Amino acid sequence: MLTPEGLRRRSDLLQAIRSFFLERDYIEVDTPLRLPVLIPESNLVPFSSEGCFLHTSPELCMKRLLARGCSRIFQICHCFRKEERGRLHQSEFTMLEWYHQGWDYFDLMYQCEELIGALVRRCPDLPGISSSGQLCWRDSRVALTPPWERLTVAEAFGRYAGVEVNEALRAGDFDEILVTAIEPHLGRNRPVFLYDYPLELGSLARRSQQNSAVAERFELYIAGVELANGFSELVDPQEQRQRFQREITTLGLGGKTAALPEKFLADLSLIGETAGIALGMDRLCMLLMGCPDISQVTPFIFEEL
Amino acid sequence: MYTASDLRKGLKIQIDGEPYIVTEFDFSKPGKGQALYRTKMRNMITGVQFTQTYRSNDKFERPNLEERKMQFLYAQDNDYHFMDTSSYEQIFLTKEQLGDNLNFLIDNMEVEVLFFGDRPIDITLPTFVNLEVTVADPWAKGDTSGSDTKPVTVQTGFQLQVPPFVEQGDKIQIDTRTGTYITRVKE
Repeated sequence: MLTPEGLRRRSDLLQAIRSFFLERDYIEVDTPLRLPVLIPESNLVPFSSEGCFLHTSPELCMKRLLARGCSRIFQICHCFRKEERGRLHQSEFTMLEWYHQGWDYFDLMYQCEELIGALVRRCPDLPGISSSGQLCWRDSRVALTPPWERLTVAEAFGRYAGVEVNEALRAGDFDEILVTAIEPHLGRNRPVFLYDYPLELGSLARRSQQNSAVAERFELYIAGVELANGFSELVDPQEQRQRFQREITTLGLGGKTAALPEKFLADLSLIGETAGIALGMDRLCMLLMGCPDISQVTPFIFEEL
Repeated sequence: MYTASDLRKGLKIQIDGEPYIVTEFDFSKPGKGQALYRTKMRNMITGVQFTQTYRSNDKFERPNLEERKMQFLYAQDNDYHFMDTSSYEQIFLTKEQLGDNLNFLIDNMEVEVLFFGDRPIDITLPTFVNLEVTVADPWAKGDTSGSDTKPVTVQTGFQLQVPPFVEQGDKIQIDTRTGTYITRVKE
């Protein structure tokens, strides 16, 4: 729950984000929250709504707007994911998502550095930022001056867990090792982009040209918190269809229908090279406002309703 | 049945036929990854603790736990006998099962006995109990040199710090959760 002062800071951050993107020639879009078919992602459980679903992210509709000819778009919207609750999770949460045609995932990494820097400059006296400009969250002191660290998933598994990525995938331990052995170290002194995920963990991301076993996907970590997930978009409808099929057959349905988003697949070929990213707005507020729990930075949590 | 998404601090679940209580809980989910429910649990019979990570598909049985109000009758050797005052049924728990509860348990005291199925596994004392002071140094009136508490022993053999005016034969109220003195009781 936020105090009036906290609500003011959250508002300041929202306005600063909008200014940042509008100045860079993006347009703001607001796409439907309630959809008849979702992107098949086995680890996300949607809420159903009168024969439809509440979206788990705005990705599907935003990419269709790219196909319609928009080249730079951003959206700040609520997303819904069933059974997610904890210090860093709420079932309903606010997402900032944006797309930039002609870019790849490395371009987005630079823009993340620029965005966070701009927010800290424009919103003075943020409780999570020290007088010397460091982000202080829990026991981390994070220097935000670019360039931030770039670390591949393979390097991180070797450095912090002493395990090979493929070995972890085969044993079904990838997520657990990432959460328990690796994430706590990420972004403690400066933010880190963890990048080049195994191909099967980036079902909407483009296959890397350098290494066909990985997808051009990254996650931004600050103070051990996973803040944003970006990638070079996969825009080949045939390959996307195969990846969706595999997602459905190998990972289960998670309560969703087996229907594929056919209109989305049809639009995909019109998009061209594009990079897109989703950033957890509530987590960003949590970090910049120095709050240890996500429930402290939203106007209400469910239990208060 | 419980599923992993029901897990939270304080939840009681059954694993391999034994009751456990969740003492710590943390939900995590890496981006695009699976939900992980990291828990620390204590066996409610043996007290043994362990940590375990569960996933969405994991399921748990509900333990058959019931609390019944019973009266403490007497101790014989290692066994402490209690009676259900409405059914007159008698059961006992061992000294080891009772642990620190023995610091405050006296004859005829009413307690909540926790049963796992037919098996008594634990008791909950009243929050406040009145016990008699059996050993105390006399109070020297006007003595301002000493500290503002002194140690005494109560009828169960338990020792605690009390204000200097408490004397042998007094009854005092004690908080059983912390083992601390609350007040002197006039009878």
